[in-house]
Amino acid sequence: MIKKGPTAPAGPAAGERMVRTGCPSHNCGGRCLLRVFVRDGRIVRIETDDRPGDTLADPQLRACVRGRAYRRRQYHPDRLMHPLKRVGGRGEGRFERVSWDEALDRVAAEFKRIKAAYGNEAFYVPYGTGSYNQINGRQTAQRLMNLFGGSLGFYNSYSWAAISAATPTVYGTCVTGNQRQDWLNSRYILMWSWNPAEMRDGTNSEYFLRQARERGARVVCVDPRLTLSAAALADEWVPIRPGTDAAMMTAMAFVMVREDLHDAEFVRTHCVGFDASQMPAGAEGAESYTDYLFGARDGVPKTPEWAEGICGVPRGTIARLAREYATTRPGVLYQGYGMQRRAYGEQVVRAGCVLAALTGNVGLPGGWAGGIALQAPDGGPLWLVFPTGENPVKAAIPSFLWTEAVLRGRTMGPAEGLRGADRLTSDIKCIWAVACNALINQHGNINRTARILADETKVEFLVVQDNFLTPTARFADLVLPACTQFETWGLEDGWKYGDEVLLMPQIVEPPGETKSDYRIAAGIAARLGLEPAYTEGRTERDWVAWALDYYRRTRFPGLPTLDELERSNAGVYSAPVTEPAVAFADFRRDPAGHPLPTPSGRIEIFSKALHDLGRPAEIPAVPKYIQEWESPFGPEAVAYPLAALGPHSLSRVHSTMEGVDWLEEAFPQRLFLNPADAEPRRIRNGDTVKVWNDRGACLVRCRVTPRIMPGVVALPQGAWWTPGADGIDRRGSVNVLTSERWTPLAFGNAQHTIMVQVEKARAD
Amino acid sequence: MAIRYGFFFDASACTGCKACQMACKDRHDLAAGLLWRRVYEVAGGGWRQEDGIWVPSVVAYNVSLACNHCQNPACALSCPVKAISRRDDGIVLVDAGACIGCRYCEWACPYGALRFDPRTGAVSKCTFCHDDIDAGGRPACVAACPQRALDFGDLAGLEEKHGRVREIVPLPAPGLTDPALVIRPHRDAGRAAAAGAAVANWEEV
Repeated sequence: MIKKGPTAPAGPAAGERMVRTGCPSHNCGGRCLLRVFVRDGRIVRIETDDRPGDTLADPQLRACVRGRAYRRRQYHPDRLMHPLKRVGGRGEGRFERVSWDEALDRVAAEFKRIKAAYGNEAFYVPYGTGSYNQINGRQTAQRLMNLFGGSLGFYNSYSWAAISAATPTVYGTCVTGNQRQDWLNSRYILMWSWNPAEMRDGTNSEYFLRQARERGARVVCVDPRLTLSAAALADEWVPIRPGTDAAMMTAMAFVMVREDLHDAEFVRTHCVGFDASQMPAGAEGAESYTDYLFGARDGVPKTPEWAEGICGVPRGTIARLAREYATTRPGVLYQGYGMQRRAYGEQVVRAGCVLAALTGNVGLPGGWAGGIALQAPDGGPLWLVFPTGENPVKAAIPSFLWTEAVLRGRTMGPAEGLRGADRLTSDIKCIWAVACNALINQHGNINRTARILADETKVEFLVVQDNFLTPTARFADLVLPACTQFETWGLEDGWKYGDEVLLMPQIVEPPGETKSDYRIAAGIAARLGLEPAYTEGRTERDWVAWALDYYRRTRFPGLPTLDELERSNAGVYSAPVTEPAVAFADFRRDPAGHPLPTPSGRIEIFSKALHDLGRPAEIPAVPKYIQEWESPFGPEAVAYPLAALGPHSLSRVHSTMEGVDWLEEAFPQRLFLNPADAEPRRIRNGDTVKVWNDRGACLVRCRVTPRIMPGVVALPQGAWWTPGADGIDRRGSVNVLTSERWTPLAFGNAQHTIMVQVEKARAD
Repeated sequence: MAIRYGFFFDASACTGCKACQMACKDRHDLAAGLLWRRVYEVAGGGWRQEDGIWVPSVVAYNVSLACNHCQNPACALSCPVKAISRRDDGIVLVDAGACIGCRYCEWACPYGALRFDPRTGAVSKCTFCHDDIDAGGRPACVAACPQRALDFGDLAGLEEKHGRVREIVPLPAPGLTDPALVIRPHRDAGRAAAAGAAVANWEEV
């Protein structure tokens, strides 16, 4: 049961004021409440949610280490304070201070020039999540761009590309998740490549898992690393070779079907494509799922023995987990996102959904349909409601393919994921990057991206707006200093989960010459003659009131007004979850009356739509294990025998919060490797090692640990690219090793599919 | 009967997220390098190959530790100027003004709780957030824990609720100092010693 703590924590001291606010909205996966203490215009202390009660229906939103360390980012000596213009070559990082007038005049002049020369498809406001609340972040720039005639659009993300494309191929929707309180009804929880303790996948997800386990659920974690989640939240850790999860899932399905443990009645009434008896019209002779499982076409039965050699998981363990999950109902197979940021990431998503269907866990309290699992009943939070307006440019690219659009946009077509147009009329010539370090640091293959951006004949004008001189900002022609989210108004809702809205009032004044993203865009708008249309006469605070009205009209009828929220200093408005919603409950009860929005109306174990694509080797109609393009089983493993992962680290939110000393102290950047890989290389714990492949290299200190599988190394993603004169990164930035290659169906990033070699570094 | 404050730590629920450590640093404005609450990663065991498959027998858990406000504080006994005292409610405090910075107490404390602060030239440590407690509040670390794995209160009450475990790897025998600490062990704690488990993140604590 929930403990009730004392309800009278220490308040502000004399001369202090305390403001409740949403934690600065980066793309962390949590949305938490802070209590910020201010003295003499300066933040002196940050505490977290102290609302009394702390019930499971409405738990406190307790901040993680990053929110608690935020003062050290807020007052970091490297904060950008003035506009800067480039004086050296692109990417050399040499800048000179300029006035706001000079900076904004230059932006407006370049926008006009490029529009006249190339048209609006030459503009791009890239994917970036460094500031991610209603009126802070890239959407403030997109609104102006749309008024200016539009810019090349994008779809999907670096987080969820494959899973957001593959989930609907099974269920017809991404709303496949129950509200999390429902985990307490589960008897078995398979955390597969899911690490909420390190990434934060919804504030309190770890806490709900703890509660589920204390109520008797058995929890098993499948992951190449013995993560913080595996150690603390699970009863058992099952290490698996990266990129082979679909093979293990397939073998589990094999065991279930062979031993008749699957829910045959549910499959018969709710699914399509399981066996030859339920193939869709027009695909009657195609390979069904049981055909694949038993090797009817390829001659390879997908037995645990088969999977063992691929996954590195003992056959007995695979069979046991299959039996446990099939017979301990209701159960959850929660698919994390790391395993879908891989070469054929779509397959593992579909394979996991199929296991949920085979076990009859769909539409069931305590069950879980799998896939991306946006929250029932309505998909959960609205993320961004700030009105960007309609983009007059209809063409959109997959977010990960922007370098292709720079290099050869005019030759890109639907085969490379282009939507809304058959061809582009221009390559990307102008990039306005707001709160975005994804151009250099977070994109695959940094050395390649750096060469592309350094070429001033390609992207002719690059303006970057941020709090710090990020690796991306170092390539800018113009750097515009944005204030932090404590220094302007904002509003956020619950990330993927969450049934709350958090107010983010301005708490302190912007330092130096920094301005809010909105104010910067308004300044550019004024120079383009678009200010009245851009601002509609509204301040940042006015837009927060506008967004609150929007939330009140849609998800939160009882939401107070801005004045009321500000007066009460509540910081948060939440809708308690007393009866957690269950996705597909109607469909389960009455599949004919409540069909899924799939072509068949059923769960598509076999997808006729994918079948019709005619690319079975890469996009099979039933989920399959496909050997990745960089793999321990390929010829590349001779030179690069170690699979490398770039997991999330609690020391950063992706690349945000890099360089915060308290976080670096808590979670220093290290390469993690197993003693079995360290010893033959004469690497000892704490040594500086060189990690490399054909794309790049970095030097970083190592942690030798049994908490990672032999043959696998982990280098937490997000560390800022810091090349030495020799081009070798000195910080441990994993994207010098990753690839720009994309997944076949989603056109998503496959940045975890990399092989590397490691050696003890020679002393410099 | 007089209260004696103690901490409860649920090792079975702690994810090692270090929110407690960070809340402490922020509450007390501790510079990088100075940690009053630390989260020790305990890891051990190994891997063996069976038919070409690597099979783990790894143990891993976390121990969040501040000062245990011991009944017999070794730090106070070691202090040549008697700068360390124990309140009636058990809270052990360092008088930074009296401390001469000899750092004997750092050596004496078996829990690593005493930390030299180069900014003041004095030794420092967890104060149990006594200002907050005296005002009816909670220690910053307890209020911070996203897993609700930390608690505090009268030691007798904590023991009644959670038992009397005070020693898991890597902590010393409690008989040395009689710490005001109650632990709910992690599932791996029982086999930690046999697995040779030890602190794996010394550079972080």
